[in-house]
Amino acid sequence: MNWSEFFYMGGYAFYVWGSYGLTFVIIVAEVLSVIGRRKRLVARGPRSLEPTEK
Amino acid sequence: MNWYKYASPAAFYPLAGRMIPWFAIPAALLFIAGFYIGFFRAPTDFQQGDAYRIMFIHVPAAWMGMLLYVLMAFYAGIGWAFNARLASMMASSISTTGALFTFISLATGSLWGKPTWGTWWVWDARLTSTLILLFLYIGFISLQAAIDEPKRADRAGAVLAIVGVVNVPIIYFSVQWWNTLHQGATIRILGKPTIAPIMLTAMLTLLAACWLYSIAISLARLRCIIMEREQRADWINEGAGAG
Repeated sequence: MNWSEFFYMGGYAFYVWGSYGLTFVIIVAEVLSVIGRRKRLVARGPRSLEPTEK
Repeated sequence: MNWYKYASPAAFYPLAGRMIPWFAIPAALLFIAGFYIGFFRAPTDFQQGDAYRIMFIHVPAAWMGMLLYVLMAFYAGIGWAFNARLASMMASSISTTGALFTFISLATGSLWGKPTWGTWWVWDARLTSTLILLFLYIGFISLQAAIDEPKRADRAGAVLAIVGVVNVPIIYFSVQWWNTLHQGATIRILGKPTIAPIMLTAMLTLLAACWLYSIAISLARLRCIIMEREQRADWINEGAGAG
């Protein structure tokens, strides 16, 4: 398979690359969101020991 | 070694951190390997052309959606029955990844359905029960988000998760029980698979990648949930962020 055939996918490029592209975007977004959540938690630093309940 | 020790969030937190690379790195390598086999080794299908390559990600995503649901319900149940905070936190952590895989299976299924069936969506037993699975995940996540007190949120989530488990065998057997447009199982638990070995290899490689990825991301998210929920505990304030 050469590169143009690879990208053309026998005419199914939109469906095939759409599927893999979407999966890739979702997984990258999930990883970044967890990394961001952790960074915010670490940056926030230690919390006071005061109870927060109403 | 006392394994019960790790049922405590404080003890599990650093262990989870050490485990993540052992799952994340093999997951990344298997994603690349599976993609390579699926696109450069597996031949074009004589019936479906190259559209069938969607299967390599569609089937693993659908399996992960179902398996993670069962695992989520299991942890939620353990957390509820034994009052184990860590198990309930694990259930919350898994729910996001399970919902995302279920969404991927529906979206890639739709992208596969259009060229092969001529439609993006049909209210077929397999598709409908998978959509219900996505709604169960969304219900679990929203229910937990709506309840402030973690203990009550865990309990309510556990009830929903456990009741919803009945949907998983319905999805699995839907292609046998009802006359559906969706094709039958590609891999059967008993009996021979219905596809060529190289195609099966690509699919199983990506399935393994998805499994390892799910474990890694769930552990990473679990660490965040532990930090959020145990924020008033002393050990968090002793610099857990560095661990």
